[in-house]
Amino acid sequence: MSDMTNTQAAPQQPASTAMIVTLSLIAALSGFLVVSVYQFTKPIIAENKRLAIEQAVLQVIPESTAYQPMVLDNGKLMKPGETEGGITIYVAYDKNKEFIGVAADGQAQGYQDKIQLIYGYKPACECITGKKIIKLAETPGLGDKIITDAKFNANFDALSAKIHKSGTKLAHKIVATNPGKKNFPWQIDSISGATISSVAVGKAINDSAQVILPQVNRFLAKLKEERYEPVIQQQ
Amino acid sequence: METESLSFIFFNAFLANNFVLALFLGLCPFVGVSGKLDTAFPMGVATMFVMLVSSVSAYFINWILMSFDIEFLRLISYIALIASAVQLVEMTLKKLSPALFRSLGIFLPLITTNCAILGLALFQTFKEYNFLQAFVYALGAGAGFTLAIVLMAGLRERLQLAKLPSASKGLAMSMMLGGMLSLAFMGFAGLGA
Amino acid sequence: MSQSSNNSNTEQVAEDKITSSTFMEGIWENNPVFVMLLGLCPVLAVTNSTINALAMGLATMFVLLASGGLVSILRNHIPKQVRIATYIIIIATFVTIVDYLIQAISLELYNALGAFIQLIVANCMILGRAEAFASRNPPMKTFVNNLGMGIGFTIALLCLGTVREMLGSGTLLGFPLFGATFEPWVVMILPPGGFFVLGGWLLLFDWLKNRKEEQAKLAEIQEAPLGN
Repeated sequence: MSDMTNTQAAPQQPASTAMIVTLSLIAALSGFLVVSVYQFTKPIIAENKRLAIEQAVLQVIPESTAYQPMVLDNGKLMKPGETEGGITIYVAYDKNKEFIGVAADGQAQGYQDKIQLIYGYKPACECITGKKIIKLAETPGLGDKIITDAKFNANFDALSAKIHKSGTKLAHKIVATNPGKKNFPWQIDSISGATISSVAVGKAINDSAQVILPQVNRFLAKLKEERYEPVIQQQ
Repeated sequence: METESLSFIFFNAFLANNFVLALFLGLCPFVGVSGKLDTAFPMGVATMFVMLVSSVSAYFINWILMSFDIEFLRLISYIALIASAVQLVEMTLKKLSPALFRSLGIFLPLITTNCAILGLALFQTFKEYNFLQAFVYALGAGAGFTLAIVLMAGLRERLQLAKLPSASKGLAMSMMLGGMLSLAFMGFAGLGA
Repeated sequence: MSQSSNNSNTEQVAEDKITSSTFMEGIWENNPVFVMLLGLCPVLAVTNSTINALAMGLATMFVLLASGGLVSILRNHIPKQVRIATYIIIIATFVTIVDYLIQAISLELYNALGAFIQLIVANCMILGRAEAFASRNPPMKTFVNNLGMGIGFTIALLCLGTVREMLGSGTLLGFPLFGATFEPWVVMILPPGGFFVLGGWLLLFDWLKNRKEEQAKLAEIQEAPLGN
């Protein structure tokens, strides 16, 4: 095997079996430890992740109280276990267990690194109802204003996201404009001094919405009528 | 979910998110070997080579791990593979250029614990790059590491001739220099945005 | 106090006694970060806030204690040729464990620390201590020494974390310190700030050390008769 670093003269070569046995034992012990901890923590971690998503979904779709994940795959709407690929969407329900909206992930390159977010959509108003930044690495004090700036966040209370009459895309591209230049309800007013981050938020939402929302629109009837039993309830 | 272009990946790893100056990876050799330009450049190249080998192997190992659903073994297999890659480079270098092998000394095997290489393997896995993207990422990261270490070596060589207050010699000065370089490289942020 | 010199393995005479210096060594004299300059990557990367620094220090200490303990227990059974490989496997095991434990404890903390938890495996301090100490000393002594090293490492991380957070965000542990009019020195929580703050601490310690040496030299000269 390899002797890694040492210039120290090795006197006699110990039997190769000793080395192999030691390494195998160590590997076995290591494997056992890792697998045990992994199995033990797996459910806890899954629950943590679920809670984090739930918090986000409930925040970006006002008046929602529960959600369940579903998958859009190849033009079909399915439950998560039924398919391997596809895009995950979070279907939200209000306190009467009625379908109220859908949340989805979006991401785009910001100033420093990728920005990841979750945004919510209510078909009733045909608009985006909120966004929550999940991950960002922007300049603290500048780029991270996309989380804290109240005026910026107000852009997302009723951001128009009408579906184009062809049913394959949005009627208008959701985009961030220069600060103070917002004219239409599908535009986002950028934060001055953080325009690149603001534009990234717009792009993240737009890229995702263009793909997902038309499909959600197609399945609206299915989502409303077949009241899927939500898996999670909020207190 | 847009896919990043290859040139973007390269320049991002090379400049804007330089592994040493922005991500703080690979600091031990950065500080240890950047004393002289002659050793700094070969060290950078050796590291880049190990990065390329590790990146490619990590891609396949990860694919195997995922197929068998044993991703908790990822860390252990990555570090084992890096150790082997370093061993390979050591043997090659010993044959091709014994003088260089000796001048790099203990720092060659220490490439194994170079967080930049493990970091590269981990990041490319998190970002779910495909094979070509991972390869270009490794190229950019290695080139960026070499660039940083060479810049630092150049600066430190110059500094040896300058008069400095005695307390600031050594690592403290290197850190200040590193900070300046890092500050300068921040100017590359936003490249490709 | 100035008796113990640089390397602890000069005392290879069966000194299985655990002295106070076994513990204290890692905290001041042979502080892994400020003196031995090991494990620098996490020191700069995760010290942009105090809580991150603390978590990283504790995680690293856990790996140090666990791997050092195991290496020490097995020290007479690991053939020399494969010892580095063995140490690395052991360390990687415990790092994987701590990785999952942190995810289970707090997903938020895990996301803040990022890949640097897994990068603990490349922390030269852990491998270095396994080679230099754990492989030559009994478990209890190793445990005490690693405890000191771990605490020293955590203290070093906190030195940087607190300064960077106070100057860069105006908060400590998340609590705002200065009024709303405080303009944070943002560069402190960005990469260059890490370099600068570490450089600052090193400067301070170097200066203190130089001063102590000069005073010792002065004292010598005063006591010695005419000479030189």
